[in-house]
Amino acid sequence: MENDDRGRRRPQTPLLDELEKGPWPSFVREIKSASQTSESAQDLLGQLELSYQERKGHWKHGGLVGVLGYGGGVIGRYSDVGDRFPKVAHFHTLRVNHPAGWFYTSAALRTICDIWERHGSGLTNMHGSTGDLILLGTTTPELEPTFQELAQAGFDLGGSGSSLRTPSCCVGMARCEWACYDAMKLCYDLTMAYQDEMHRPPFPYKFKIKCAACPNDCVASIARADLSVIGTWRDDIQVEDAEVTACAAAGLNIQKQVCDLCPTKCMEWDGAKLTIDNRNCVRCMHCINVMPKALRPGKDRGAVIMIGGKAPIMQGALLSSVLIPFVPAAELMETLQELIRRIWDFWDEYGNNRERVGELVQRVGLPAFLDGIGLEPVPEMVSSPRDNPYIFFQTQKGAQP
Amino acid sequence: MSTAPQRITDIGPPHYNKYLHPLILKNYGQWKFHENIAPGVYCHVAESGDRIYTVRAGSPRLLSVQTLRTFADLADKYCGGYLRFTSRNNVEFLLDDRAQIEPLKRELNALGFPVGGTNNAISNIVHTQGWIHCHSSATDASGLVKCVMDAVCEHFTHEDLPAKVRIAVACCLNMCGAVHCSDIAILGVHRLPPKIQKDLIRRVCEVPTLIASCPTGAIRPATADGKPSVTIVEEQCMYCGNCYTVCPAMPMNDPDNDGLSIWVGGKVSNARTAPRFSKLAVPFLPNHPPRWPEVVEAVLKIVEVYAKDARKYERVGEWIDRIGWPRFFKLTGFEFTRYHIDDFKHAGLTYARSAHVRY
Repeated sequence: MENDDRGRRRPQTPLLDELEKGPWPSFVREIKSASQTSESAQDLLGQLELSYQERKGHWKHGGLVGVLGYGGGVIGRYSDVGDRFPKVAHFHTLRVNHPAGWFYTSAALRTICDIWERHGSGLTNMHGSTGDLILLGTTTPELEPTFQELAQAGFDLGGSGSSLRTPSCCVGMARCEWACYDAMKLCYDLTMAYQDEMHRPPFPYKFKIKCAACPNDCVASIARADLSVIGTWRDDIQVEDAEVTACAAAGLNIQKQVCDLCPTKCMEWDGAKLTIDNRNCVRCMHCINVMPKALRPGKDRGAVIMIGGKAPIMQGALLSSVLIPFVPAAELMETLQELIRRIWDFWDEYGNNRERVGELVQRVGLPAFLDGIGLEPVPEMVSSPRDNPYIFFQTQKGAQP
Repeated sequence: MSTAPQRITDIGPPHYNKYLHPLILKNYGQWKFHENIAPGVYCHVAESGDRIYTVRAGSPRLLSVQTLRTFADLADKYCGGYLRFTSRNNVEFLLDDRAQIEPLKRELNALGFPVGGTNNAISNIVHTQGWIHCHSSATDASGLVKCVMDAVCEHFTHEDLPAKVRIAVACCLNMCGAVHCSDIAILGVHRLPPKIQKDLIRRVCEVPTLIASCPTGAIRPATADGKPSVTIVEEQCMYCGNCYTVCPAMPMNDPDNDGLSIWVGGKVSNARTAPRFSKLAVPFLPNHPPRWPEVVEAVLKIVEVYAKDARKYERVGEWIDRIGWPRFFKLTGFEFTRYHIDDFKHAGLTYARSAHVRY
């Protein structure tokens, strides 16, 4: 330890100092910056240097900490070297439900900063993996006052544990011409509809909802959400012939870089006109991505609803799979609320402890899951029909042999 | 007598409308097309003819209130106070005056926040907490991100790759960073079974829950000193750490045996080919903070051969589809080992069941 220019003890951090070098902005500089006014940020720096020396983490498990009446939103964290770094002996995180699309004003950011500087380490994540605004590190007695100041400022906590996790969405209609439904509105409406399920964990395990407004899926909903809502359209791609010609004139090789890369080869370019066989278009977005001035999604817009995406724990990673091939944009909220109710009922009845809904579908099979939630099977749900003959035929009750 | 203010709960997040630039509110849902003016700079044009400009800069995700206030000051100076963050931890400033783009870029660069991350560039890395805040991490995350982004920063500020390249870091296979669908994924791995703390189990763990937490059934009930405990069938442990998450008496950390693995070819976008998982490229690299030279070298190698060999618009996975895995290993120089061949559930799905072989 040595003293800083204000006479306080400052940990020596030769290893972390190496991470202030180079062109990319440095998180070490951020911790040092916060430690100008925060003793916990200073002890975080000291503990992190120890982790770098020993090549192992020094955080213990979360205990049960939180705010009054909530079962989530706070991640309890304790140091296993709290005797050496007392200001991070308790270092709990608050997950603050971010505004949809991660839009802020400077005034809103400053409000958050002022609250957090008074009550915590002054360190944040903009944002956490699920999407929340993360306030990183405070003590148990500070949790409730922080929460209430945030609430006075119009912010609430997000989800954690076996709850509905904070829903998130892409930028959607706020700044993207490809938005096939209003992802920010849907995300906000779903979040408001399920405050209880977010704040008081009722489920076998976590449940994530992500709203991506087109098949480019900028929020990775197919990989990271139990319920993925991915925008798409049913009618024809909108084509501006003059702009297609302009793309070609500007040097785009439409045959090679557009038609040849189309997954269903549904496009033809004769050197003057682009023709699309829309019945075979799978709405992959490639041609639209390459020629955003010339091509646009159709006008009959909505979303495909998919189920079961998750990371590896416990039974292995899954991508979401199709549940409803198309829901018109205007019907999304109502359809989803009914569907979510049925999914949660089935999961509540049959899910094991720490079993994500995608794993439940794997365990009982999609047909049984469909029976359970009252959906009819459709061919869009599979990449192909089964190729094994081990079929569990349902006996026809009351039928004569 | 003063009364405490009414306690507020379950109000949900602030409505986003409060935070939208007036031009965005006016043209919400009415955008016509966009143009990429320069790396890190977009112009979105509305049906009304209005234009909103976006300047995107990289951030370390871990931000102090001091830096957030700097962002707020920049937003006030250049964009009427309006800004946002992206799903990959970039900060975006929203401008209605094209003339302000260059001054803002200069100021961001001077402050050390590079502008870029759009289109066929390497965008910011999505990542986890690591040693900053996690109990189960096999490595740090922020440090790895810093080292890798330092090395590929030129590909952030220049759109010079065949297609976008998305990198992710997760410090254990819980994968809070969802690395499993990234062009290049860096994943912290443990390689030893948990060390059972018999005395602690009795005090802090529920044995049936602990046993049920093991995906392979490797944790079996046992009695230690006449008290309920567990044993581990070590051959069945694949070091996932799920038991440690439900029971603190099963620690996994081991500095010499923890390390990094590298995965390639995943994507979440539906463009051209279907979304897919990343596949194993390098099963283990040592955990060498503070600069992780082995990891940086491996990532640079992948980027370098991909940049040279892939065709325009081919993502890493699509490039490997075309050239085949044997050539991927040849070009990168990575050793192909027994660990690359799946032997977990549904393992046979990745075995080559055709005579399609490139020579």
